[in-house]
Amino acid sequence: MIPELGHFALILAAVVALIQGVLPLAGTVRENLAWQALARPSAALQFGLVAVAFACLTSSFLANDFSVSYVAQHSNTLLPKPYQVAAVWGGHEGSLLLWVLLLALWSVSVALFSRSLPLAMVARVLSVLGLISTGFLAFILTTSNPFERLLPAAPEGRDLNPLLQDPGLVIHPPMLYMGYVGMSVAFAFAISALLSGRLDAAWARWSRPWTVIAWTFLTFGIGLGSWWAYYELGWGGWWFWDPVENASLMPWLVGTALIHSLMVTEKRGSFKAWTVLLAIAAFSLSLLGTFLVRSGVLTSVHAFASDPSRGIFILIFLALVVGSSLTLFAWRAPQVTLGGSMGLLSRESLLLSNSVILVVATAAVLLGTIYPLIIDALNLGKLSVGPPYFNLVFAPLMVPLLFIMIPGTVAHWREARLSDIVRELRVVGLLALALALLLPFAMGAWSLGVVLGLFLGLWIALGTLQQVLFRVRKPGRIGASFWGMHLAHFGMAVLVIGITGVKSYEVERDVRMGLGEQVTIAPYSFKLVGLQEVKGPNYNAVRGEFDVFKDGQFLEKMYPEKRRYFSSAMPMTEAAIDSGFMRDLYVSLGESLGGTPAQWSVRVYYKPFVPWLWAGVLLMVAGGLLAALDRRYRRAVNKAAQPA
Amino acid sequence: MKKFLIPLALFLGLVVFLAVGLKRDPREIPSPLIDKPAPAFSLPTLDGNKAFGPEDLKGKVWMLNVWATWCVACREEHPVLVAFAQKNAVPIVGLSYKEIQPQDEQGGKLADDAKLKLARERSVVWLQRHGNPYSTTVMDLDGRVGINYGVYGVPETYVIDRQGIIRYKRVGVVTPQLLADKILPLIRSLETS
Repeated sequence: MIPELGHFALILAAVVALIQGVLPLAGTVRENLAWQALARPSAALQFGLVAVAFACLTSSFLANDFSVSYVAQHSNTLLPKPYQVAAVWGGHEGSLLLWVLLLALWSVSVALFSRSLPLAMVARVLSVLGLISTGFLAFILTTSNPFERLLPAAPEGRDLNPLLQDPGLVIHPPMLYMGYVGMSVAFAFAISALLSGRLDAAWARWSRPWTVIAWTFLTFGIGLGSWWAYYELGWGGWWFWDPVENASLMPWLVGTALIHSLMVTEKRGSFKAWTVLLAIAAFSLSLLGTFLVRSGVLTSVHAFASDPSRGIFILIFLALVVGSSLTLFAWRAPQVTLGGSMGLLSRESLLLSNSVILVVATAAVLLGTIYPLIIDALNLGKLSVGPPYFNLVFAPLMVPLLFIMIPGTVAHWREARLSDIVRELRVVGLLALALALLLPFAMGAWSLGVVLGLFLGLWIALGTLQQVLFRVRKPGRIGASFWGMHLAHFGMAVLVIGITGVKSYEVERDVRMGLGEQVTIAPYSFKLVGLQEVKGPNYNAVRGEFDVFKDGQFLEKMYPEKRRYFSSAMPMTEAAIDSGFMRDLYVSLGESLGGTPAQWSVRVYYKPFVPWLWAGVLLMVAGGLLAALDRRYRRAVNKAAQPA
Repeated sequence: MKKFLIPLALFLGLVVFLAVGLKRDPREIPSPLIDKPAPAFSLPTLDGNKAFGPEDLKGKVWMLNVWATWCVACREEHPVLVAFAQKNAVPIVGLSYKEIQPQDEQGGKLADDAKLKLARERSVVWLQRHGNPYSTTVMDLDGRVGINYGVYGVPETYVIDRQGIIRYKRVGVVTPQLLADKILPLIRSLETS
C-alpha cells in the first residue's frame, strides 16, 4: 500500500511540476498575473508531493519490504538502520528520486526567499525549475520507477553495496546533489533573464547568493567523495580522475568561474553574455554528469546494455534543455549591451582570465572524460584515458590561475597600474618565494615541482593575509562576503600546499608481513602484533593489530580490517588511519597470502599533508557559506526591487 | 550573432558523439588477424625467470589479455577474469602493455632495465590487490608486441587455438555474459576440434 501511495504522489508531483513549468511562464507572456501567481504555491505543493514519495520509499526500506524490487536489490534485514536510510539513494532509481527531491527543495526555497523579487521574475525562474523537474519526474516514472513491485516478494534483500556502507557515503550524495541541483537555480535565473531580455546588474545580484550556496554544497560534496575514496577504497589515493569524479569536477570548475563572473556583472555590468553562458554551462555539465553516470556509457558498459531506454531518455532531455537554452542564448545575447569599459590590466581583465582558464581546464577534463566515447563512436576501439593525461593537462593550467588569484583581488576596477600591483605585492611575493625555496630543505627533498607548488600556496596565503590585515586597519564595517572570499581563497592556499606536500613526500610500502614482523618508514615503524577474527552486523572481518613506534618510542595501536560482507563475495578493505596536523599514517590489509604462520600483504603509507586537503576544502566551504549569507544581498535585493 | 552560435554548435557536436556512443556496440571489431597465426614474440615474464612466447602454449587453447595498471577499464574487467580463471577453463596469459607511459612522472625518464623493474613492481602490487588470473604475465614495455597484435586500446582479449591461430578478439571489457555466451562455447568447440 505504502509503495503505491509513493508512486501516486510521484505521478501527482509530475502533473504539478508541469503546471508549475507552463502556466506561470505563459502568464508572463500574456501578462496574466493570476497564472504567474501560481508559481509559488505549485512549487510548494510539488515539494510536498515529492517529499511524500521519498518518505514512502524510506519507510519501505525501514520495513524491509522486499516486495519492492528496488528495496530488495539494495537492502537487507541485517543492514544497520542508518544505512537502510542511506540505501534509499544507494541505487539508480533512488538517487534520481533524491535528485528530484532536492530540486523541489531548491524551488521551494526560491519561492520562499524571493519575496522582494518582481513577480514576473519569480514566475519565470520557478517555471524553468518546474520544467526541469517535469523532465526528471517523467524519467523516473517511465524508466526508473523505484516503487516497482517484485512478485512474489524476495525472502531477503541483496544488501547495499558494501562500498557504500560508510558514514561518508551517507551524506556524500545529498551534498553533491545539492550542488548539482543548485546550479539549476543559477541556470533558471539566467534563462529568465534571457527570456525577459533584462540582463542587468539586478539579475546578477539576485543569482549570486544562490550560486554561491550551490557552489559551496558542490565543494563540500566533492571533498566528502574524495575523503571517502581515501579511507574506504584502501589504496590511499584521494583523486583518481575517473569519469564520475570528473563529472562532479566540471560543474565545480565552471561554477567557480561563474561566481567570479557574476561579481563583475553585478559590480560593473560587464561580461553579461559570458556570465549567462557560464550559468548555462554549469548546469549543462551537471546534467551531462548525470547522463554519463546514469546512462553507463562510460563507467560501465553493461549497465547501459541492460536498459538502453535510460541513456536515450537522458540524452534527449539533455539535448532539449541545453539545446534550447543555447538557442535562446544565441538569439538574445547579441542584444545585450556592453558593460563599462575595462583596461587591459584591471580587476575585470584578471577575473576574465580566471574564467577563461577555468573554462579551458573544464574543456580539457571534458575531452579526457569523453575521449574514450569519441574514439568508440568513430569505431577506433575502446580505451581508457588515465591520470597521466589529466595531470599533464590540468596542472599547467592551474599554475597561472592560482598565480592571478592575488593580483585579481588587489587590482583596481576599470584600470589598474602594474606598478601599483607590484608595489603592493612585492614583499608578499618575495617572502613566498624565499619560503618556497627554503622549506623543501627542511622537509627532506628539494625539487622544482615542490618549490612551484609551495610558492603558489604561500603566495595566495600570504597575499590573502596581507589584504585582510590592511582592511582590518581601515575603519568601516567589514561585510561577511569579504571574510568569505578571503577565507575561501585561504582554503585554496591550504589545499594547494596540501596537494604539493602529499604528491611530493608520500611514502608507500607494499610488503608481505607475518606476526611479529615490522616495516619502517622513518621515523615510524609498524609492527604486526595480532590478527583476530571479528564479527560485524552483516560481515565477518579479520582485524590486524599494529603497534606503531616513532623513533623507537611506542606511539599508538592501529587496527585495519579486511571485511567480508555476507551478501557479496568482494572483500572490503577498512584502512586504519591516524591523522596528525602534518601527516596521516595509513595502514591497510591486503590479501591473505597463506602460509604458517599466516602472511598478509600489507600496505603502509606515510602521507604528509593529507589533513590539509580536508582543511582546505572545509575552509572553502566556510568561506562560501559566509559569502552567501552576507546581509548585503538581502538589502540590495530590497533596493533593487523598489523601482520594479 | 554568429559568434553566439558557437556554443550551440559545439554542444550539438557533443550530442552527436554521445548519441553515436550510446547506439554503438563497437566492442567487437573485426580484426584482420582473426584466423591468422598469432604473431610470435619472446618477452620477459613478470616473475623474471625466463622469456615466454606463444609457441610455449602450442597444442593448447589459451587466452591473451592485454592490460596495464594505469587502465581504469581493466580494474572493472579484472574481477570477471579472476572468477573465470578459477574455473581453470584455459590458461590466461596477461600482456602488460606499455606499463610505463612516456609522460609517467616516476618512470618516464628511466633506463630500460630500471623501467622494467618499476613496471614489474607496479604490476605485482596491482595483481596482489586485485587478484591474479594469469598463468603467466609478460611485459611488453615498448608496446611492439601490442602493435603486432593490433592493440587498439586496453583492455583487449584474444582467444588462440591449439594450432596458434587467433580465433577471437575482443576490444574492451570482457563481461560475464560475453564469457558465457560467446567465449566459453568457442573455447569448447576449439578444444574438441
